[in-house]
Amino acid sequence: MSVVFILWLRELKKYLRSRAQIVASLGTPLMYLGVLGFGLGPVFRRAGEGSYLQFVAPGVIGMTVLFTAMFSGIAMLWDRQFGFLKETLVAPVPRVQIMMGRTLGGATVAVLQGLLIFGVTLVAGFRPTSVLAVILAFLIIALIALVFAALATAIGSSLKDMQGFQMVMNFLVMPLWFLSGALYPLQGLPAALAVLTRIDPLTYGIDGVRGILIGTAHFGVALDIAVLLGVGVLFVIAGAWRFSKIEV
Amino acid sequence: MSQDNRIIRVQHLVRTFGTVTAVNDVTFDVRRGETFAFLGPNGAGKTTTIKMLTTVLRPTSGTLELDGLDPVKDSTEVRKRFGVVFQDPSLDSELTAWENLDIHGVLYHVPRRVRRERGETLLKLFELWDRRNDLVKTFSGGMRRRLEIARGFLHTPRVLFLDEPTLGLDPQSRNQMWTHVKNLNATEGVTVFLTTHYMDEADRVADRIAIIDHGKIVATGSSAELKQQTGADSLEAAFLKLTGTTIRDETFSAEDRMRQVARVWRR
Ligand SMILES: Nc1ncnc2c1ncn2[C@@H]1O[C@H](COP(=O)(O)OP(=O)(O)O)[C@@H](O)[C@H]1O
Ligand SMILES: [Mg+2]
Repeated sequence: MSVVFILWLRELKKYLRSRAQIVASLGTPLMYLGVLGFGLGPVFRRAGEGSYLQFVAPGVIGMTVLFTAMFSGIAMLWDRQFGFLKETLVAPVPRVQIMMGRTLGGATVAVLQGLLIFGVTLVAGFRPTSVLAVILAFLIIALIALVFAALATAIGSSLKDMQGFQMVMNFLVMPLWFLSGALYPLQGLPAALAVLTRIDPLTYGIDGVRGILIGTAHFGVALDIAVLLGVGVLFVIAGAWRFSKIEV
Repeated sequence: MSQDNRIIRVQHLVRTFGTVTAVNDVTFDVRRGETFAFLGPNGAGKTTTIKMLTTVLRPTSGTLELDGLDPVKDSTEVRKRFGVVFQDPSLDSELTAWENLDIHGVLYHVPRRVRRERGETLLKLFELWDRRNDLVKTFSGGMRRRLEIARGFLHTPRVLFLDEPTLGLDPQSRNQMWTHVKNLNATEGVTVFLTTHYMDEADRVADRIAIIDHGKIVATGSSAELKQQTGADSLEAAFLKLTGTTIRDETFSAEDRMRQVARVWRR
């Protein structure tokens, strides 16, 4: 237990010490929030969908959590050759504890980053239904973070070289984000797109957060949570398995 | 098992990567308490052998034993018994020297009090005590290496593996480092297994040397024995006679290229 804790704490310390990186990482979400939130607002309103800022804010929070969580795991590739990972791989501790410490740490950092963006959306004019809703929403955000931190661990443990990193960003992370319904409503999508959005776990995450924060969920919050829990368990198992196989 | 004076036994060890045979039927023993050096040019198979002994790489074939245990089957027990300084850095440069040491202690279940006392002793010995609360990214190459070695000693291992520990260090840092390591080798009886491609280093610090080239051990013995076997008057000349090449003969692997990138990016 103390091994999991100290590795979790390590990720947290590193995050809190990297102020410059924290600020830099706000750039992309701010751009989406600003350009889309205000740029698409009038169109969205004319279409009778209400405030686009209200709609897109949970999506931008979801994006932040996705990117932060995925990055933590993929950075393992570098870490394996030149960083701290080897130190943990030769320690007389079951690999699953090391994997859990890293993954929970990565997930926690993603939640903190999501919290930061949530603050930014509030400043931009986003209005959740209640304070209780915000607390509940962050439970779902924690689940999203865990799902993708575990997926990232599974992928980071399997990648062989730096080219793999680009592949994962282009063919996994970006599609996960664009297909998640973060930017557009899920009603009335073309059949093919509708199927793809339903395969993407982030879709359920953002739908759940939206359901709680602004009261409009497409699938219903219960289903959203069930899917996230199921996928989360699956990815944690996959991550632990891949991590146990790492050679350097 | 512990009466056996051989702490490491390697027999017919082979490791291939695709079509490359990095380690090709290697057999040797290391005696308890000695300082044993693997001497060979880049690409000889030194790092690959250390990775297999330290449980992070599986052998293709052959048998390995560390303190009577099999690194593949009893990996956790074997891991308790060695410390290792890999060729590439494995410190967390975003943490302080002390934090790096302390996490190591937790990973090896070293009790808190021992962690503090032994940590202090080791940092003082390796002349890092005054910098204990500084982030490792502010350290020079020599300081980082010393911290990694201090960390490797923290859990009182029976064997310490040092893979090219002095690569890139100036002669003064190299001297200093070996003084401390040999000191602990004498006082704590820890076996030291090092790799190097510096002849003078192997000559000076090792009780016994195995010369490895192209994945094969071409000779084993003390420096004096190697000179005698070959009729050479220096280890350098002995090496040349045994391998037919000078030690500067270097190949450049993908890993080496990544290392260069890492050097540029290191903060
Ligand atoms: N992971 C790997 N994949 C492919 N080839 C490798 C790998 N690791 C080592 N090699 C190759 O095995 C040989 C021995 O490498 P290594 O053990 O690192 O040598 P040394 O440490 O003596 O310089 C080299 O030819 C190297 O390119
Ligand atoms: Mg090497």
